[in-house]
Amino acid sequence: MIRSGLGVIRFENVGLRYGMETEVLRDVSFHIPEQSFQFLTGPSGAGKTSLLRMLFMALRPTRGSISIFGRDVATLDRHELPLLRRRIGVVFQDFRLLDHMTIYENVALPMRVRGKDEGGFRVDVVELLKWVGLGDKLHALPPVLSGGEKQRVAIARALIDQPELLLADEPTGNVDPHMARRLLRLFLELNRSGTAVVVATHDLGLMEQVDARRLILNNSELEIYG
Amino acid sequence: MKVLQKSAQEFAQDIDFGNDEISLERFARPTPIVPPANIAGRALSLVIAIMSFLACITVGAVSLVGESAQSWQGQISREATVQIRPSRDFDMEAALVEARTIVTGFDGVRSARIIDVDETASLLEPWLGTGLDMSQLPVPRLVVVTIDEAAPPDFKAIAQTITEAIPGASFDDHRAWVDRLVSMARTTTYVGFAVLGLVLMALILTVVFATRGALASNQGVIEVLHFVGARGGFIAAQFQRRFFWIGLRGALVGGALAILSFVLFQFWAAENLTSPEGQQLGTLFGNFAIGWGAFLGVIFVVILVAILTTITARMTVLRTLYEIDEQRADPSFVG
Repeated sequence: MIRSGLGVIRFENVGLRYGMETEVLRDVSFHIPEQSFQFLTGPSGAGKTSLLRMLFMALRPTRGSISIFGRDVATLDRHELPLLRRRIGVVFQDFRLLDHMTIYENVALPMRVRGKDEGGFRVDVVELLKWVGLGDKLHALPPVLSGGEKQRVAIARALIDQPELLLADEPTGNVDPHMARRLLRLFLELNRSGTAVVVATHDLGLMEQVDARRLILNNSELEIYG
Repeated sequence: MKVLQKSAQEFAQDIDFGNDEISLERFARPTPIVPPANIAGRALSLVIAIMSFLACITVGAVSLVGESAQSWQGQISREATVQIRPSRDFDMEAALVEARTIVTGFDGVRSARIIDVDETASLLEPWLGTGLDMSQLPVPRLVVVTIDEAAPPDFKAIAQTITEAIPGASFDDHRAWVDRLVSMARTTTYVGFAVLGLVLMALILTVVFATRGALASNQGVIEVLHFVGARGGFIAAQFQRRFFWIGLRGALVGGALAILSFVLFQFWAAENLTSPEGQQLGTLFGNFAIGWGAFLGVIFVVILVAILTTITARMTVLRTLYEIDEQRADPSFVG
């Protein structure tokens, strides 16, 4: 896999405006180095989710440039997007699990869509589910799980193909503080394994537990600490 | 997982997720990515079955009308008539025999039969009543000529020879009737095809909208697949497969019901052949046989519907993916 050397993601003077409204994001510039860990935070409605959507190429900036894995997003053909998305793991705030599939199948889904043989990833999926403490629920369906369990399934699905970048949108928003701490430790462990991690949260308590870089969105502008 | 540096057990203990017992159950066949038959799928199947049934019935009706029209045309064009009008000092019987002789001398004429006095009287009976002395009435007489359809004679030459040889004689090849019937048969068939076209168009639109409706309930699945890096072709293939079977099932049910209707119709017609209604219908539609054309038409409709449902599903999924990438990704887009 070719690495750019310029970081996993680079934003330069990015602005975002929905329709004719005022800018949601203004002159946002930052880069996410490889194997880095950072929080993305700010008050509700500050644009965290919009920024995350731009990070996984579900939203285009109104101005400025975004480079992902060394590729300028503006010049990307949309048929190239799936291959780039495969290098990014996303944990959605609302989990987005497929309710008719078992937990095992939900986690294995990214491997299945990549056309990989099940024999080659079955052990990995089971081990990852054990990792997140769901080894005894491989065949359960998502509707019977608690919010925290769904969250862990979503995290396992994001990690199964060893992404170079993990984006997590309010990953502790649905769980109690104890579970939030456990999930945070999971992200840190993954980061130590080589994945760059961006955790979008407004949970100050969570951020105080880790000495990590903070990207703070306020009044449509981004400030970086650390 | 190789990427993780600690073992699962170590990590689970470390972060206190609890003591997990790994299920040793065998992994069953993978669940289809598109949810199995749901309410939308069943409703779509039902709509497709109804529309396929209507399309197949129309195909059958067009086939029946087309074949009947050909049969009418064939029956009329198999016969021609020599008509001899009586006049004073005219030996009608000799003229009829002469006319028969002339006509049978032409190639393409199979036979000629003189309509005798009694038969003529019975032909006129509905208008003139019974008990008439035909010799007192100046009634034209007829010679019915049977023609070889495969190699018809030269009608103009026959007409000319008859007119020249026998005064007051004329030859009617029923051309005017045949032309009118051909014209009517063609019009009827065109109207049938127009109705079939409209039914098929309605079928296509219904399948398109119903498929889109059924896909709307799977929007979440499409999005999840998209964001875990599935290519458009892979996502479309999952839905195509599912919708092909839904379409085929609906079309087969509709087609089977249509064939059952044809069979019942033919059975009813055969049973009622001797009743006045049956005779009327028999006169109009011949033996009421629904030919192979109709059955082939049903097979065509079933295949068309299955393919149409599949293509619609594919187009709709690709369209949804396009919308996710192009429209919803465009902040200036107000959907």
